[in-house]
Amino acid sequence: MTTETQKYAPGTHPDLPPPVSTTGIIGWLRKNLFDGYVNSLATLFALYLLYLYIPPLFNWAFIDAIWSSPSSDSCRVDGAGACWAYVGSRFTQFMYGFYPSELYWRPNLAGLLLIALMIPLFIKSFKYKWYLAGFILVVYPLIAWILILGGWFGLELVETAKWGGLMLTLILSAVGIVAALPIGIILALGRRSEMPIVKSVCVVFIEFWRGVPLITVLFMSSVMLPLFFPEGTDFDKLARAMIGITLFQSAYMAEVIRGGLQAIPKGQYEAAAALGLSYWKSMTFIILPQALKLVIPGIVNTFISLFKDTTLVLIIGLFDLLAIIQQAGSDAAWLGFETEGYVFCAAVFWMFCFSMSRYSIALEAKLHTGHKR
Amino acid sequence: MSEHESGIKPSKPAVWNDPKYRALFFQVLLVLGLGYFFLTIIDNTLSNMQARGISTGFAFLDEAAGFGIGMSLIEYTEENTYGRTFFVGLLNTLLVSFLGIFFATVLGFVMGIARLSHNWLIAKIAMLYIEIFRNIPVLLQIFFWYFAVLAALPSVRQSLDLGAGIQLNTRGLYLPAPVPEGGFSIVLLLFFAGIVGSFFVARWARKRQEATGQQFPVFYASLGLIVGLPLVVFLLLGSPLSWDYPELKGFNFRGGVSVIPELLALLLALTIYTGTYIAETVRAGINAVSHGQTEASLALGMSRGQTMRLIIVPQAMRVIIPPLTSQYLNLAKNSSLAVAVGYPDLVNVFMGTTLNQTGQAVEIVFMTMAVYLLMSLGISAFMNWYNKAMALVER
Amino acid sequence: MSENQYIVEMNGVHKWYGDFHVLKDVNLKVEKGERIVICGPSGSGKSTAIRCINHLEEHQQGQIIIDGTELTGDLKHIEAIRREVGMVFQHFNLFPHLTILDNLTLAPIWVKKMPKDEAEDIAMKYLDRVKIPEQAQKYPGQLSGGQQQRVAIARSLCMNPKVMLFDEPTSALDPEMISEVLDVMVELAEEGMTMLCVTHEMGFAKKVANRVIFMDGGEIIEQNEPLEFFDNPQSDRTKLFLSQIIQH
Repeated sequence: MTTETQKYAPGTHPDLPPPVSTTGIIGWLRKNLFDGYVNSLATLFALYLLYLYIPPLFNWAFIDAIWSSPSSDSCRVDGAGACWAYVGSRFTQFMYGFYPSELYWRPNLAGLLLIALMIPLFIKSFKYKWYLAGFILVVYPLIAWILILGGWFGLELVETAKWGGLMLTLILSAVGIVAALPIGIILALGRRSEMPIVKSVCVVFIEFWRGVPLITVLFMSSVMLPLFFPEGTDFDKLARAMIGITLFQSAYMAEVIRGGLQAIPKGQYEAAAALGLSYWKSMTFIILPQALKLVIPGIVNTFISLFKDTTLVLIIGLFDLLAIIQQAGSDAAWLGFETEGYVFCAAVFWMFCFSMSRYSIALEAKLHTGHKR
Repeated sequence: MSEHESGIKPSKPAVWNDPKYRALFFQVLLVLGLGYFFLTIIDNTLSNMQARGISTGFAFLDEAAGFGIGMSLIEYTEENTYGRTFFVGLLNTLLVSFLGIFFATVLGFVMGIARLSHNWLIAKIAMLYIEIFRNIPVLLQIFFWYFAVLAALPSVRQSLDLGAGIQLNTRGLYLPAPVPEGGFSIVLLLFFAGIVGSFFVARWARKRQEATGQQFPVFYASLGLIVGLPLVVFLLLGSPLSWDYPELKGFNFRGGVSVIPELLALLLALTIYTGTYIAETVRAGINAVSHGQTEASLALGMSRGQTMRLIIVPQAMRVIIPPLTSQYLNLAKNSSLAVAVGYPDLVNVFMGTTLNQTGQAVEIVFMTMAVYLLMSLGISAFMNWYNKAMALVER
Repeated sequence: MSENQYIVEMNGVHKWYGDFHVLKDVNLKVEKGERIVICGPSGSGKSTAIRCINHLEEHQQGQIIIDGTELTGDLKHIEAIRREVGMVFQHFNLFPHLTILDNLTLAPIWVKKMPKDEAEDIAMKYLDRVKIPEQAQKYPGQLSGGQQQRVAIARSLCMNPKVMLFDEPTSALDPEMISEVLDVMVELAEEGMTMLCVTHEMGFAKKVANRVIFMDGGEIIEQNEPLEFFDNPQSDRTKLFLSQIIQH
């Protein structure tokens, strides 16, 4: 440790740069990667593992990959990497399922309409956010339904059995969340009620749907729902799945909203009551707006879980993205390329889920600072 | 000016506005409504089932099943009853759940702690693991392992020899099965005695420390008792343990313990997927303990190891255990995805095959859901108890 | 080798946080029994300086010598020094999952390998000293801020340190609890404990300190005995600082 050769008058010492061995690249390496024996060994081992696996993976996925080809022949050549041509050839099917290709403009329009409607929600200065949200949650689903199903306004009917792929995944998730929201609010309020019967009914409902796996719910709605209704009612397979998913999600949604209701300080409830507002008025105008805003990150997280869970409808015979890809793997012309299909499917899901979770984290940070007292 | 008389009676509101009766009135309405709803459903269900010729009641549980099951922990053949299929499925579910919980916990804790490492590379690798596998649906991961990886394994004739008698091929993983001989029971006894003994050693060491202040290496002593001593005796007795190696006879391997590929795929996917959530829980738990605790402990002269053991881990565990039990429950529920790859778990065997054959949807769905509900309520009860027992005492 | 005249010695100590030069040529010599108050605006490096003394922060240049032992990266030295140096934190940092008594006996049992009875006797003695013996079986969450800080002081004293470091001990307390903690610190000083206090409590400085040090921008600007320091500040920056703080 060298001592200072130059003394400065008190208060005049300049800012000196730090010693070389502690900063810059060398300093960073020493501190973060080679800090002691154990860490150095771990770093070397990790680097070795990365060297073993990453380059071959990269080669397979990108460098040696076949990106487009009319048939599978070029993919079966020795040394060929991933056959993305297979994905390319089935791409529209992966996206839309068995929807007639000449009618793609209808789901496309519905999707574009949704994106267009959602843009103002992200503009800070937009004043009618709550009205817009209400419109999106209530009116838009009807519009989308008519567009995609058809049978009205001169649009050709496309039965739900033909819906599939990413389109179906998105529809299932969106309907699940939108339908589960009002039910979840009622359940959350009911669970906090002081009326014993109301509270018990809500608790039983919530704990039941949260305690059973989604598969059993889907099986139940697929097998048992037709039994519940008078004989002869024809039950659309997709509708059965949607009912099951909605009931299932509403229980999780109820718990998320309940968390928000609990976070509202008691003073808010008291102030609303003191102003003479009835239970429903105080809920609608004071409590719920605050609670829902608080739990938007929680709702987004529930949406992410639901988005992943929609893959389960494969088991009751609906053709979501995973199901379509799974089924495409048995196509005789492209046999043996299941891996590419799975990787593509994983990439799509990952992209959606990762972006949504980043958004949720950013939202949480923003809302948290707003709520700090 | 109106006159105020004492004893003026307040006007009586209508029944539905009177706060005293309103709650009661509303709840009575609710009960009636729900009652009507359920009665209608039950009525419809019964008449529908009658129309389709489906019987009701649980008598079917005593009928012969007539189908085989790919893997069973208890004796099972086609002549066994449907009731027995329930237990076979249940045991298979419990098997994959417990194994999954064990491996996922190990992986999750390792990755969670790695995520907090000062080593940038290790921390980033852990982060990649968590971020990648958390955002891919577990069903997709199961398919990937089963259809893409395990299907690519060589056939039985060209089985991969992983050494130590372990064989890996498309029919599954074959492990040598231990066959205990003569003196092995003594070794086993010593092992269990060692576990019990280490409790006593720990207690004795604690009392000694309280009395004299001297510390005793309890961990190493326990290790010696549980592992070392039985091992020494084992060797002295001439290693009374032989192995039943899986051997290729004809078209399949005989002997040893086999793990079917369905179980392998399910286990791999569940472990890796749930591991990510456990890792995040562990990370959050350790971060929840404020850094000031570490500083105060180090400032008192305690070592890093003592700080971890006595200060950080106890506080972190409070935060980790409740969400951890939720993850365990999720894993158990996700094991029901076994039906997608044909692993004979409870849903697949009972709510799948048995339901298809008997058509008695109501009873079967009820029984299956009851199992999961019991599991989930049990875990909730445990969590509530744990939270109450461990709550930090405050004003 | 000089005799250990100084119990704490800092020679030419520099510290950087990344590129930020946070301690610039800090030179400090503390004799046994001295009471030193370090004051200065926030960000001046005063907390960092005393945290370097028990190696909660690591210095990159210069020497720090505690009671003859130099503070290097050597773990053995660090642990030996921490046994002799006690620290009281702004946010108390009591261990919430242990009782008050266990908070106090933890280090004597595990670091000094004391039998439990002996440790508990010492603990009760110090709890008495800080005037809250009845709280021994309670948990930190049940105590007020002032009581918690007094427990924190007792916890450090149980290790029988040669030097006590105080990092803004009363800054997180409600006003009515400040005096109960300051009283304990005054008593400690009168019994001859070597103390380094980072604090804004100037009344305490006037009463008890041998020396008041003013730090700003990572450097020691001025040091003097309290009366001189407050009545005749030499540097402009010291004058500015003194005019800004309210004196108790």
